[in-house]
Amino acid sequence: MGPQRPPVDPDVELDQPSRRAALPDGAASLLTVIAVGGMTGALVRHGLAIAFPHPPRGFPWATFAVNVSGCLLIGVLMVLITEVRDAPRLVRPFLGVGVLGGYTTFSTYAVEVQQAVTAGAARTGLLYLAGTLVAALTAVWLGTALTRLAAGVQRNRSAG
Amino acid sequence: MTVLLVALGAALGAPLRYLVDRAVQARHDTVFPWGTCTVNVLGSLVLGVLIGGAAVGAVSGSLVAFLGVGLCGALTTYSTFGYETIRLFEDGARRAALFNAGISVTAAVGAAFLGVTLAEALWA
Repeated sequence: MGPQRPPVDPDVELDQPSRRAALPDGAASLLTVIAVGGMTGALVRHGLAIAFPHPPRGFPWATFAVNVSGCLLIGVLMVLITEVRDAPRLVRPFLGVGVLGGYTTFSTYAVEVQQAVTAGAARTGLLYLAGTLVAALTAVWLGTALTRLAAGVQRNRSAG
Repeated sequence: MTVLLVALGAALGAPLRYLVDRAVQARHDTVFPWGTCTVNVLGSLVLGVLIGGAAVGAVSGSLVAFLGVGLCGALTTYSTFGYETIRLFEDGARRAALFNAGISVTAAVGAAFLGVTLAEALWA
């Protein structure tokens, strides 16, 4: 099977709605690598949060850097394993769902916006809210575009 | 000790995200990533309750590390959200991409505010 057009939801087989909830064969190994990957990613995120704390009214740089770099990396990863070459079965669950999913976080982002606004730094909160969104989406796009360029693959739209 | 609690929470949160994502995506037949949106809003609500509870001394630092930093942190994801949004955009579903970005951010931040408010009502 050759490289395919990458899915919208990288974690779920969207082509067959009836199969979306069905766990594939080897569910135990799948959930285990997701757990180990998630643990690894979360520990790196936690380490960075401790190394680079921010004051209550300050800009949450640690989470910002985590989410933007994680988005850059998922762009690189998904092009590599769906467009450049076929990857072993557990690569995407481990690196994509596990490591990068555990590394990046939406809950801390949302609560940090709330905390900044409540602390009276509404402008910082809104800047963080919009800045993360724009930088993260740009990072995904940049990760995919640069990887396609480096690997010499064209964006594959034929399947869609 | 805190590191261990974060690791344990994340080891539960990441597989939980995968399972919830699949369960939600099985309940509709569009390409819209409702599964990721669901975990992100749910995790933001729970973290809001935990942080709000910690602020009034009702939730311990250990519980914040385990359920907040670990479980909610790994249950929610920015990378999958970002990737799905760009994929929708590349596929020509530009309005869906913008809607996904708008609804995810608005609902998650709203859930965080709601969570903190709930904690204050509950414990303050």
